[in-house]
Formats: sequence, structure tokens, C-alpha cells
Amino acid sequence: MAHYHIQSPLADELIETLRAGDTVSIDGHIFGIRDANLIRLFDQKVELPPDLIAQLKGAIGLHTAPNVKKLENGKYKKICVGTTTSYRMDRFTRGLFKTYGLKAIAGKGGLLEDGCQACVDLKGCYLTVIGGAAALETLQIEDIEEVWWEDLMPEAIWKFRVKNFGPLIVSIDCHGNNLYRNIKAQAKKNMEHVLAELGIKSDQ
Amino acid sequence: MTDRMILADQQDYSEVWDVDDSFYQNVEEVCKTLYIESLKDLPPDVREALQNAYKREELDSGKRILKTLIENVDKADEHHMLICQDTGIPIYFVKIGSEVRFDGRRLEQAIRRGTERATLEHPLRSSICHTLTRKNTGTSTGYRIPVIHYEFVQGNQVEILNVPKGSGSENMSYLKCLTPAEGSDGIKKFVLECVFESGANPCPPTIVGIGIGGSADLCVALAKKASVREVGSQNPDPHVRALEDELYEAINQLGIGAHGLGGSTTALAVHIEEAHTHMTMNPVAVNMMCWPARRRRATFSPGEAVSITY
Repeated sequence: MAHYHIQSPLADELIETLRAGDTVSIDGHIFGIRDANLIRLFDQKVELPPDLIAQLKGAIGLHTAPNVKKLENGKYKKICVGTTTSYRMDRFTRGLFKTYGLKAIAGKGGLLEDGCQACVDLKGCYLTVIGGAAALETLQIEDIEEVWWEDLMPEAIWKFRVKNFGPLIVSIDCHGNNLYRNIKAQAKKNMEHVLAELGIKSDQ
Repeated sequence: MTDRMILADQQDYSEVWDVDDSFYQNVEEVCKTLYIESLKDLPPDVREALQNAYKREELDSGKRILKTLIENVDKADEHHMLICQDTGIPIYFVKIGSEVRFDGRRLEQAIRRGTERATLEHPLRSSICHTLTRKNTGTSTGYRIPVIHYEFVQGNQVEILNVPKGSGSENMSYLKCLTPAEGSDGIKKFVLECVFESGANPCPPTIVGIGIGGSADLCVALAKKASVREVGSQNPDPHVRALEDELYEAINQLGIGAHGLGGSTTALAVHIEEAHTHMTMNPVAVNMMCWPARRRRATFSPGEAVSITY
């Protein structure tokens, strides 16, 4: 298990290097994506603004809808930026990797089977942010540089400039390793043991 | 026992408090404060539970994650920042003293306005939207939101407990109507399955709130009531308390751990609230509270300053 200090955008070679259990800290940019904007993009088939598309190759998407304050100059000030549960957005992972060239999703709780397979098929990875620990996360964000689809507030698309963001845990890699799956498999065995100790048949 | 006897039994001799207009204004101001402060300042019992989990954890990765949670709370203190970005669905538990004379509708409006003002004036993220159109109200309130639970108690005080409930844990909520034949074994198995299925999603280590008995709707409300209890508090019924202890041990043997990435603390606490039920029923509900178990409480008394606690 190694730690990598990485710079976005990410290249395929870097993704291949990362293994489940490694940690990363990130400099560069991270794009905030979320239920409403992904539904608009993939289900309602509204195309992204061209200037955003141009920035997404090799990008890292973060599952978030931040607390912000709009300033008079139109910019947004961060109040609290944290990470939400990823399974709700799992079905968009493949499309983000394939159509827009994202290389990593940062979120909490892991991806479902298709998202994991998309990491293998399209050389991507899933980075775990510790959920609820948003004060730390917010302090690692230097600025909110741009925002698209503001009408979906707070589920707009956000561009954050980050410095030493993390450490995030590589929990799903492009080689098919998945820390969450491993823990769940072990917990299933543990549960059979616990039920037996309680004198409860597991098939009851 | 007749109804009359019950009333005589529970007679309360505290002075009647007939509230005036300033009470509602006070509730509005205090509810604004409760919502903001609950998002920033974690209750001491939760802090202690996290520290204990950190000391107890043997797995290196789990220990690192627990340390991150504690550091996050420290940073939130230092910078007076929100602990988590999810300002939650605003939930209030209100205890009304039997000797308080008030207008319930105005009280409810004051709670709602306080919630809205916290959201607009801080500002906080509003997470409340129409269920079908998904249009965000922008105020953290909406039709039938905030959620307000009322309880009537003896005395001449009003207590308001604010709980901003994040969706990560609230989405991991369960109800099952078991048969009486499935007994307490069925309850234990269902709870373990819920915790297992939820995995990393509710931001463990969680407080596992469990409701048993009642009707289906009451059972779910009891699970919520259990999830907001102080960490370390115990149910006074010895049968229920024994089940709390047994499930606490069992859940923490699952190995799901902090953030679902393994370790010995999956639950900081297991709380159960019970109601009697129908002889043919055996309902059980599970409602989990994420590791930042945020809450803030205010007590209003006649002629005294408001007391704000956890």
C-alpha cells in the first residue's frame, strides 16, 4: 500500500499504477457532480456546455452538492463542501468515463457492480472520501472556480481548485479490486458466525 | 383504572405558564440557533464515543479513519465550520409540559421560521425539494417539513430538540412486520441484516436506532426516537436493555467498521424504543444515525433564560 501525491488531469498510466488500499492526495481540479445534473445529462439528454466538456478528459468527479454563498461579483464562496453517497449515481459512472473521459470518481460508500466493472473496462478508479468529514475537505479546497447549470442549485456542476486534497483511499481500482466488496464478503461470514452464537439459524 | 383515576394520579402542581407573544419570537430565534449550532458542534457523548472507538480499534486502516473523523470535529470547532455538508432533513422533537398554555399553530410556525432563517441567513444548503418535481424550496422547509414530533409531559416547560438528519443514514431505513412466532430471534436477525446491507452508506460508526412493537407507523417513529438518544443511554425496561446490549455486541462483530472499510466499531451505540403491539404482530424498524450524530436542545421555562444543551 503506497501513497501518491497526484496532479489532475490523470493519465491511464497513473490509473494502472493505483491499487486498492493505496491512498492519494490531489493537486489541481475536481468537478462536483450529483444526482440532478447527471439525470439532466444522461436521462434528459441535455448536452454539457462545450467549455466544460473540454476540461473533463482525465478529470476527477466528486459526488457533492456543497453549501455555498453567492457573492456580488457572481462568484461562489465555499461554506461547506462534503461528499455524498455514491450508489445513487453509480449508473452514470460508465457514461462519464466513456463519453467524457473522466478517470476517477471520488465519493463515499463505493460503487455498485456496473460502476466497478466500468473501472476495469475503461481504466478508471473510485476514490473514497471520508463521509461526514466535510470541514477537513472544505479546508483543502482553495477556490470554487466555475459553476455550470446554476438553476439546479445546489446540484449544479462545480469546479473546485484543490491543494493536497485528501488523503483519499483508492477503494476500487482498474484491476477489479474492491475494498468494499472484500469487507462485505468477510462481514457475511462474520454474520453467519454471530447468528450461530445467538442460536439463530441463518436460513430461518 | 379509570381515566379519571389516571388524571388524578398524574396531577401536576407546577405553576401554569400562559405564554405571551415574546415566546414565539424566542422560539424562532432559538430554532435558528439550534439548527446552525447542531451542524457545527458535536454533542460531548458522541465525541467521547468516537474517542473510545479510536482507542479500541486495532485495525490500522480503521484507526486512521476514526482519527480523520476526530480531526474533522476539531477543525469544525477551530474554524466554527459545519461538520458535514448535508444539512439534512430538519427534524424536531418537542416536549410540551402539561401546564403550558400556548397556540400550537404559532409554535409550529416559529419552528419553521427559525429553520428558514438559519438556512437563508447563515446561509446553509437547502436540501428540501418537491418529491416529484424535485424542485428545491431553498429554505430547508416545505410541505410537512420540518418533521415535528410532539410528546406531552408533566410540568411547565417546553423542550425542543433539533436533529438535522443526513440522507446517507436516513436512506438506510427499514421496516419489517415479523410474525409473533419469529420472536426476538427474528428481530435480531433482521437488525443484523439491515446493518449488513447498509454497509458503508450510513457513514458508520452509526447509532443504530431500533423500534419494536406498535403499529407499522409507530414502530418507524420509535426507531427514529431511539436513534436520537444520547450515546450510552439505556432503555429502562430490562428486557429491552438486554436486547440493546446483545445487538451492540453482535453488530460490532460484523467487521464492517468505520466507513465500511473494516474494523471493530460498526456501531457507537444500539438504542431500542418499544411500544406494546397487537397480539398477532411483531414489527421491527431500523433507523440509523451517522457518526456525526448531530443534535441540539433548548428548554424554555417561564421567567427564565432559555437553556441550550445537547
